[in-house]
Amino acid sequence: MKTIANLKPGQSGIVRKLTAQGAVKQRFLDMGITRGVSVTLERRAPFGDPLAVRLRGYSLSLRKEEAQKICLEDWT
Amino acid sequence: MGKTTIAIMGNPNSGKTTLFNKLTGSNQHVGNWPGVTVDRKTGQIIYASQSVDVVDLPGIYSLSPYTQEEIIAREFVLSDELDGILNIVDATNIERNLYLTMQLIALGLPMIIALNFIDDCRAQGIKIDCNAMSEALGVRVIPISARRGENMQELLEAVTGTLKKPARQPTYLHGVGAAIRQVAGLLEPLPLRRASLPFYACKLLEGDTHAYQSVAMPDQIRHEVSHIALGLCSHQNATDNQMIIADALYDFIEGVVRKSYIRPEKHTLTPTERIDRIVMNKWLALPIFALIMCVMFLTTFGAPGSLLMDMLDGLIQGKLSPLVETLLVNAGASDWAIGLVCDGVIGGVGGVVSFLPQIIILFFFLSILEDTGYLARIAFIMDTLLRKIGLSGKSFVPMLMGFGCTTPAVMAARTMENEKDRRMTIMLTPFMSCGAKLPVYALFAGAFFPDHAGIVTISLYVLGIFMAILAGFLLKKTVFRGVSSGFVLELPTYRLPTFKGTIRNMWVRAKDFLTKAGTIIFLMSVLIWLLQNFTLSFTVAENSADSILGQFGQTLAPVFAPLGFGSWEAAVSLLAGLVAKEAVVSTLSVLFGVGGDSTMLSSILANSFTPLAGYCFLVFILLYMPCMSAFATIKREMGGWRWAFGSALFQIGLAWLAAFVIHTIGSIILL
Repeated sequence: MKTIANLKPGQSGIVRKLTAQGAVKQRFLDMGITRGVSVTLERRAPFGDPLAVRLRGYSLSLRKEEAQKICLEDWT
Repeated sequence: MGKTTIAIMGNPNSGKTTLFNKLTGSNQHVGNWPGVTVDRKTGQIIYASQSVDVVDLPGIYSLSPYTQEEIIAREFVLSDELDGILNIVDATNIERNLYLTMQLIALGLPMIIALNFIDDCRAQGIKIDCNAMSEALGVRVIPISARRGENMQELLEAVTGTLKKPARQPTYLHGVGAAIRQVAGLLEPLPLRRASLPFYACKLLEGDTHAYQSVAMPDQIRHEVSHIALGLCSHQNATDNQMIIADALYDFIEGVVRKSYIRPEKHTLTPTERIDRIVMNKWLALPIFALIMCVMFLTTFGAPGSLLMDMLDGLIQGKLSPLVETLLVNAGASDWAIGLVCDGVIGGVGGVVSFLPQIIILFFFLSILEDTGYLARIAFIMDTLLRKIGLSGKSFVPMLMGFGCTTPAVMAARTMENEKDRRMTIMLTPFMSCGAKLPVYALFAGAFFPDHAGIVTISLYVLGIFMAILAGFLLKKTVFRGVSSGFVLELPTYRLPTFKGTIRNMWVRAKDFLTKAGTIIFLMSVLIWLLQNFTLSFTVAENSADSILGQFGQTLAPVFAPLGFGSWEAAVSLLAGLVAKEAVVSTLSVLFGVGGDSTMLSSILANSFTPLAGYCFLVFILLYMPCMSAFATIKREMGGWRWAFGSALFQIGLAWLAAFVIHTIGSIILL
């Protein structure tokens, strides 16, 4: 399934579901990563990880393994 | 009616501390790193003969018990101490900020929203209808700019006057609102604050373990609550209630935003996005980062810093000391009194005070990095590297602060939500050579390696980092085994640091440092001078070795003999270093009876240590346990003496071992 980690810098996707559990999931939700929200991958850090994404008008940093837990709608 | 207490609550980087300072006029640290405000700070608003107590709660994203800050905030808002909430909201980041607002509304307390950064919104062409927003949220919304002091009058009036009316409870869609009402109804007979029942209900539905622990429900109610929770879950095409509730909250927020918030039609990049395109560029990010670190380090420890330091030193030793001596001689003071004041006090405290310029410069940079928001970018850039030693990018900030002073650095680690990461960062931060160790390096490097002083000093910094990596590996494999934490970090909007904020920061640090020098080090200087000039039978010691201090040092000295510096002066100065690292220098100068004359001290040192032993002494200073103030902070942050002593022993052991290895290898090479 397509996740945020599959995006290329500049590409966007719509969040479909979260496969994270417990505290990490709660933090995703707190930060506004909910179903239907549009997320744009801004860039990767110089060493390839973590990623910077933009959603709801602000920027957020996520590690690749966390980004893999945010699934996107297939059509984008 | 008793005193009114309100709390200022809001997301990190929402300008909360700035507002707190504006309202109460108290001195406080303002930063851009998520969660700088970790202590509970209180102040008082006095307006129109009304007075209200204000608590500055840590910046949080939600009331989930995820980070320490959130736990602190949650416990406080659920206690009976609180009469109202002033919720500060970053208007440029409205949706995510309102998520906390929705949770606060559920607490049912009187509430006002201060919509901050309204000036930035205007600049970005965002139009906000505050009346419509107030109407939609059921809470009064006052647009402000805390930085510019815009609309403070209205806010003050509202806080001191009309902060009485509880917020209206919102109606959430998708059955969430109904479920919350049902659960809240079930909770009514329980001894909970009635107004806050929607909050408890919401958390119970989410399956929040803290809520289940803190709410003592009879079995029957518990069954009914889980029944409603299951119903909500199956009612929707989703896996769990955590998500359903977050969706409902954000749906509601999106509705509020649609009614009251108009973004400019043409999408333009925000200034932050434009800066990040350069500063965070794939190729430019590292060079820019390295450049900033270099400028910071060279300005602090290079020519500008040391020039100011020499000037101050010259002023104290060249002008003040002789002046005081003349005054005392003219006043007919006895020899020992003159010795105590000139050698003991001025020598000891003066040597330390001359560090003030460097500390001020360092904290000037740190404060700017924090306030601009670049510090979070540093964490972003450094995460991959720090992860290799079992830390996260978030550890970089405490580690970097560690080069200034271990005490605030250890406190800065509180922003890390993962316990293991946090503890490990706290244990490794002391290996980052703190500013107070620099005088010792400067003295020894100048005495033994006058032509290579810079290289010797840098080698110690590098060794410290290397030992931190090594210790990190070690701890990761032993004490802190397990998965590494997540790294969900906001990259905040870049903001210009305010002149006032930066000056205030520097002033707080300088004051801290001076009070420390003025009190602890003053007492230490006097004590050491006395211990050094009197024998165990309280007669004046003929020579230092007979003194109380000399005796104690001689007992301790053999421990350090394998490291090459088995003299009692060295042992005693290391003991003094436990009080404050800079005291090593002052102690040595008192012990060798040179007053504050650093040239003379250098030449005496060169005669009493071999260069190798001198270097090993520095290695030991670098690595052994931090000063008392840092130790006390570590104890507090680690939550117990066991951890504090554990990490102290770990550090002393590692210091002894490292110095031993270097001395042994060095001796073999030099043979």
